[in-house]
Amino acid sequence: MLGLNKKDTSLLVIVAALVMFAPFILNPFPSDSGLAQFNAGYPDLMQRFVIFGIFAIGFNILFGLTGYLSFGHAAFLGVGSYSAVWMFKLLSMNVIPAIALAIVVSGLFAVLIGFVSLRRSGIYFSILTLAFAQMSFNLAYSVLTPITNGETGLQLTLNDPRILGESATADGSIPVTSLFGLEMRSTYEMVVGPWAFQFNAGYYLCGIIMLLAFYLSIRIFRSPFGMMLRAIKSNQTRLNYTGLNPRPYALAAFVISGMYAGLAGGLMASMDPLAGAERMQWTASGEVVLMTILGGTGTLIGPVLGAGFIKYFENIFSKINDTVLHNWFSFMPDGLEDFVVFLIHPFIGKGWHLTLGILFMLVVTFLPGGLVEGGQRISRMVKKKSDDDTNAKTTPAE
Amino acid sequence: MDAIILQILNGLDKGSAYALIALGLTLIFGTLGVVNFAHGALFMIGAFCAVTLSKILNLSFETVDPTQTDFLGNPLKVKTPYVMEWFGAETGAAIIDWAVPLAILFSIPIMIGIGFIMERGLIKHFYKREHADQILVTFGLAIVLQEVVKYFFGANPIPTGAPDVFKGSFDFGVMLGFDPNAIIYPYWRLVYFAFSAIIIGGVFAFLQFTTFGMVVRAGMADRETVGLLGINIDKRFTIMFGIAAAVAGLAGVMYAPINSPNYHMGMDFLVLSFVVVVVGGMGSLPGAVLAGFLLGVLESFASMNEIKSLIPGIDQIIIYVVAIIILLTRPRGLMGRKGVMEE
Repeated sequence: MLGLNKKDTSLLVIVAALVMFAPFILNPFPSDSGLAQFNAGYPDLMQRFVIFGIFAIGFNILFGLTGYLSFGHAAFLGVGSYSAVWMFKLLSMNVIPAIALAIVVSGLFAVLIGFVSLRRSGIYFSILTLAFAQMSFNLAYSVLTPITNGETGLQLTLNDPRILGESATADGSIPVTSLFGLEMRSTYEMVVGPWAFQFNAGYYLCGIIMLLAFYLSIRIFRSPFGMMLRAIKSNQTRLNYTGLNPRPYALAAFVISGMYAGLAGGLMASMDPLAGAERMQWTASGEVVLMTILGGTGTLIGPVLGAGFIKYFENIFSKINDTVLHNWFSFMPDGLEDFVVFLIHPFIGKGWHLTLGILFMLVVTFLPGGLVEGGQRISRMVKKKSDDDTNAKTTPAE
Repeated sequence: MDAIILQILNGLDKGSAYALIALGLTLIFGTLGVVNFAHGALFMIGAFCAVTLSKILNLSFETVDPTQTDFLGNPLKVKTPYVMEWFGAETGAAIIDWAVPLAILFSIPIMIGIGFIMERGLIKHFYKREHADQILVTFGLAIVLQEVVKYFFGANPIPTGAPDVFKGSFDFGVMLGFDPNAIIYPYWRLVYFAFSAIIIGGVFAFLQFTTFGMVVRAGMADRETVGLLGINIDKRFTIMFGIAAAVAGLAGVMYAPINSPNYHMGMDFLVLSFVVVVVGGMGSLPGAVLAGFLLGVLESFASMNEIKSLIPGIDQIIIYVVAIIILLTRPRGLMGRKGVMEE
């Protein structure tokens, strides 16, 4: 179907089903139960899942296929956000032109940076991209303040022209982002018994775009172009000797992944029309690296899993506090309860980054293939065990 | 003229910090071939050694002084630091005052210990892996160290003062024969520069004039042959890692009075230090030092108002611009050795 083989089609269908039914899947606990805080089925978080999923899918096209580790990808995300917000300010509140401009501008930006950075490889490439991203970040904070509004961040105001739209709504407030009139923030709530499922227009827009992005990435992975990118990763010198210039291919991959980042930035601004320079900081670039590695570099589904995993635990872990912990461990004797809470305390709430760092080190050390490799290992182990069982049954008979 | 000298001086203290961190990075890279993204965290831990020591020295007990009363009329509780009790009021006060220089002694064993643990516990397992993996695992380690420090010391910067003698500034211009008030320079920055010059000189002397240093240099040039000669080069490289960690830590200790330590100062310096290493040339120790000072001074020149009005924003990006130009025109860096990290 759609030019995919059977395995990829089923993967796409599974991902599509997960995205479409996410409001149900992510909301398994009744809202009045104690576990309700583990629900992730509210629009804000679900939007972040898919947006960062797009970001990580794009990063994976560069890092997973060509092996070029970029430490400055957040710059494209930031550029995308800024251009989308400018579109809202100048043209209209429709998200389509904003997203389109975000992709185009970040693509152009990626051509520039990629053209220069790709002249080096390995660690030099990482440092060049890092330098470019930090440069953009510093400029956004200082000189480019007329464009970026500096530390405050770019926001919509009532005085914006908005040629095709209206500067202010009838009741004098700033108009909201919409898709041909369908407001991005509009949410339909479906109450089934104790459960409240939320269906948000913005989430579904992001979700559909993510599916398109995912489909495109599958096509790239399976195409001759993708094969060429893998060749760059495995042996660039040999590629040179066969008479092929690897640089245009690497540049194309860089630009594509930059455009994915821009798309993510544009969507982020469409959901919440704000853009700040901190989105371009190198720690933000580090985050997408974390997502991709954690999920599984060079695999199709890995980056999406990684993005979901990190964003989910970021939200949930940082919400757990000592009171919640005391509730959980209240079955223990008092002294032991306090001790256990004391032990866990540094890893939760604001300490979530500590957990993330440790997890990341463990993954890089023991599971370089990320969650996907972990899953494969487990399934292989289960398979082997069942094989052993069948063998054990058959051997005595012989 | 005086403006130029002032900018050079202003660039020296940041340049010293860059040079020290870059020196440590290059030592680790040259010996172990590992790209250490956690080096900035070591710098930060050094600064927090100073904070910790000054906190320890300020540990005090409370006594009730019946002769004085507070504003409510109750007897006043007076806090006396233990050091004042043990060494007498004056010596005690002097010890507290000199907390940051004393932290040098305090931090060396700690930093070397952390360096050993890091190398033996984690980095050892990454020698044979790709550079990308090394970057990633040390990046994770940097996050962990940063968060641990944040957990114990909080997210706000902690002001840590220099000794009273070195507080304030002096008129450096008069000494050189310029007008008074032309070049005002804080004492501590001069101390910092002198200190880093001593450390850098010490590291070079150690590598150049001791047998140990000779073996290490030989190992950097050809690890395998040195190993075949029956020398345990791994052990020596581990020690070098400890020394590199100590250099970064010392840079951090002395930097505490210049910039109040906060948990993310390491990350802020790390990016720039990497740029410094690349500009100086991967694996070249003199290159790292030279590039450190050069970029520090350049940065300070770029922040002059005259230049800023000429090219707005240049002070924010000068280092990166220089790095990009160097990487594209002379990828080996200013003093890079042939064959190091060249594809």
